[in-house]
Amino acid sequence: MSLDLSLIPPLGEPRPQPVPTAVESTLPSGLRLIVVPRPGVPLIELRLRVPFAATTAADAGLHTARGSVLSGAVLLGTAAHDQTAIAQLLQGHGAELSVSTDPDRLLFATTLLPGGLRPVLDVLAELLTGATYPDGEVEGERDRVAERIGIALSQPGVIARGALAARRYGDHPYAITLPDPGLVSAVDGGALRELHRSRVLPAGSTLVLVGDLDPSAAADVVAGALGEWTGIGHAVEAPPAPDLRAVGIELVDRPGAVQSNIRLGGPAPGRTDPALPAVRLANMIYGGYFSSRLVENIRERRGYTYSPRSSVDHQAAGSSFLVEADVATEVTGPALLETWYELGRMALLPVTEAELDGARRYVLGSMALSTSTHAGLASTLSALVGAGLPPGWLAEHQQALAEVTVEQVQEAAHRYLASSGLTAVVVGDADRIAGPLGALAPVSVRAGAPE
Amino acid sequence: MTTAGAELTLRHPVERFTLDNGLRVVLAPDRSVPVVAVSVFYDVGMRNEPEGRTGFAHLFEHMMFQGSANVPKMEHARLVQAAGGTFNGSTHQDYTNYFEALPAEALERALFLEADRMAAPAITEENLRNQIDVVKEEIRVNVLNRPYGAFPWLQLPQIAFDSFANTHDGYGSFVDLESSTVDDATDFFSRYYAPGNAVLCIGGDLDVAETERLIQRWFGPVAAREVPPLPPTGEPLPTTVRTAVVEDALAPAPALAIGWRVPDPVGEFDRYLGTVLLAELLSEGDASRLERRLVHADRIAIAQSSYVGLFGDPFDVRDATLLTTQVHHPAAVPADRVQAAVHEEVRRIAEDGVPVDELRRVQARTEAQLLRQADSVLGRTLGFAAAEIVHGRAELAGELAARLAAVTPDQVRAAAGELDPDTAAVLELRATGGRR
Repeated sequence: MSLDLSLIPPLGEPRPQPVPTAVESTLPSGLRLIVVPRPGVPLIELRLRVPFAATTAADAGLHTARGSVLSGAVLLGTAAHDQTAIAQLLQGHGAELSVSTDPDRLLFATTLLPGGLRPVLDVLAELLTGATYPDGEVEGERDRVAERIGIALSQPGVIARGALAARRYGDHPYAITLPDPGLVSAVDGGALRELHRSRVLPAGSTLVLVGDLDPSAAADVVAGALGEWTGIGHAVEAPPAPDLRAVGIELVDRPGAVQSNIRLGGPAPGRTDPALPAVRLANMIYGGYFSSRLVENIRERRGYTYSPRSSVDHQAAGSSFLVEADVATEVTGPALLETWYELGRMALLPVTEAELDGARRYVLGSMALSTSTHAGLASTLSALVGAGLPPGWLAEHQQALAEVTVEQVQEAAHRYLASSGLTAVVVGDADRIAGPLGALAPVSVRAGAPE
Repeated sequence: MTTAGAELTLRHPVERFTLDNGLRVVLAPDRSVPVVAVSVFYDVGMRNEPEGRTGFAHLFEHMMFQGSANVPKMEHARLVQAAGGTFNGSTHQDYTNYFEALPAEALERALFLEADRMAAPAITEENLRNQIDVVKEEIRVNVLNRPYGAFPWLQLPQIAFDSFANTHDGYGSFVDLESSTVDDATDFFSRYYAPGNAVLCIGGDLDVAETERLIQRWFGPVAAREVPPLPPTGEPLPTTVRTAVVEDALAPAPALAIGWRVPDPVGEFDRYLGTVLLAELLSEGDASRLERRLVHADRIAIAQSSYVGLFGDPFDVRDATLLTTQVHHPAAVPADRVQAAVHEEVRRIAEDGVPVDELRRVQARTEAQLLRQADSVLGRTLGFAAAEIVHGRAELAGELAARLAAVTPDQVRAAAGELDPDTAAVLELRATGGRR
């Protein structure tokens, strides 16, 4: 059956997307503030991003372990309030502070009802300036974190992500995706107080507020609440990431596994690189959405997998092109073959105009959808501004996406999607898959989960 | 009613009408962003599956993406995505839904696509075999190859309930999936995917009169068919405690799930709201009762959560359903000790009641979460559609914040009184393999 286009209702004229107005200011402490007033539901989204990279590769293991405990332990108490009282103060305004770390930053995030802006900022200020890290409670928190890491390390997707990062980044901080439970178990209150004092700093940090707000009144409230948050020094960014491009396939043995987790990764252009728009579109056409070549091939034609996907992922010190597929054990070799075959086609042959147009409209449409909510816009702006980009970057990037040509996509795919430039890791039952994979490339087998 | 509750109630008036073929239509216009969400909910879910065909509702959901009378395989996805939209579908206990979120100018295209597959999906042998393979991989990735896979939603109902509808595996056994035929799929479509068994709900940037015209144009020609009666899912209340143990060779640490029957989510809505807030009070955040007791005071849990409805949405399910408390705990802590602490905290609420200020805080947080869901055009539209199909009143979705804000401490206390340790279903997960 072929598609009779005369039946398909044509698309109407696009209505322009409302452009968010971002009002920027900087506090004397160096904290940058971005306020975006948004009509719609009566809510505010808050994101405080504190750069939190390991200062050196050698220090990354310990830093990651301490950071993983700090993100929970910062809520354990202040001089004025214990953990329950802090949670109650927030909850009364609809808020619940989530605190998380990744290799680049520490993030405080919450939703709140509009009347709660000052009281929620007051609690945040109290935590930033006076978190006490009580020794007994810290012990409980670090034990739970160690247990949770143990559970995470039993998930095959987590094992695969860790193995790929270790293989690509060697001794760079990005090689560590989860801290070692042993290092976590050694964290104490003193270490956290020192880490907080030296690294939770306003200079270099960014606070984003989106929602039912008046920008100048909000800026006054922030200045009033967070004025006491000062500190000597400037937040730390990670050193530039290498990409080791290891040859052959690393096979992490998981005896008895009924599925194999295929992961490929290599460098991608950063957010300010002019090649980024073309690579984003090449990624979509390859495996970035359902209408992609990879999905059509290994899911819809062959039934090897449920959700194969590729993506462009940005970290502060290096961006990545990533391919992921979880496939049945018995088709692991054929599935990797098809995954590479589609990469080869991308690198060597032009895409069609129709593929490029479809990918472009999808990227632009999904950007519009994801920034149409308070929460989506707040998270996007926090990442962009945190990466040193102006809020207006979003509109410039949309314009650049609109202008990408088929030739540019092919150049970008040749440079960034060719399988020869990607590092390969497979997690699965080595007894059953080492042979088939060995027909495609040299295989090195490694036992068990990375610790 | 709080201010935000009032706003949510008033801001989204709902229009509804029914086509001659029985299709119920709900329109929720909101022109603040140029985005529309189109959803079709069919009144058939995992609980409607016949014996020998476990997992069929979900398998059929996959078949609805395999093309239709005028749309070849893969083109449904391309036509939505190349218009800048996203799409998906999901199978629940009581319904199966399909939805798109798109730029407003793609509304008619989405209506055409949904109408085309409502009229005639492409149910072929090749597509069915392919999607059986894909579903098996979905089950491997979510259940078989993963520690705690589908815990406890696949195992707990088996001990909490008695009827086939409530106890069978909604993902399906490989044997049932593999033996499914094109005839099974054709019969299932014919019986359950009648226009009269569906709700079409559209939210966002739309003009009501124009949208009604487009709906008549595309869905009007779909032939009417008989609508099956709703399957009975309610069961007598349990009278004894029921326990079971599952072994998980992939899990590094044990876990525990306790399920209690709760009031009928539709027939006893007000009592049910007390249960919904009780679940929040028990487990949401550091101020909650079980987080304080299990995690921080006694240190006998790594993580805990409580929720109503198997998938965590209390408003998308009919009777019978559960309030589930789920705890991951260290191997050194016996499950009995965790269980006793949970029951004690529930009893404390049943005996001492709930302070007004504590309940107000929980209500404020619930309100913020409902508003957050309503901030997305798609989230709001799915909420209206679920309320229409489960409760017969889309408007209820817009009233939830206000209805929850009106719940009293006595209602929550009464709900706690119904969580009887002697009629609970208790599932222990034992970690038998450890990390590998």
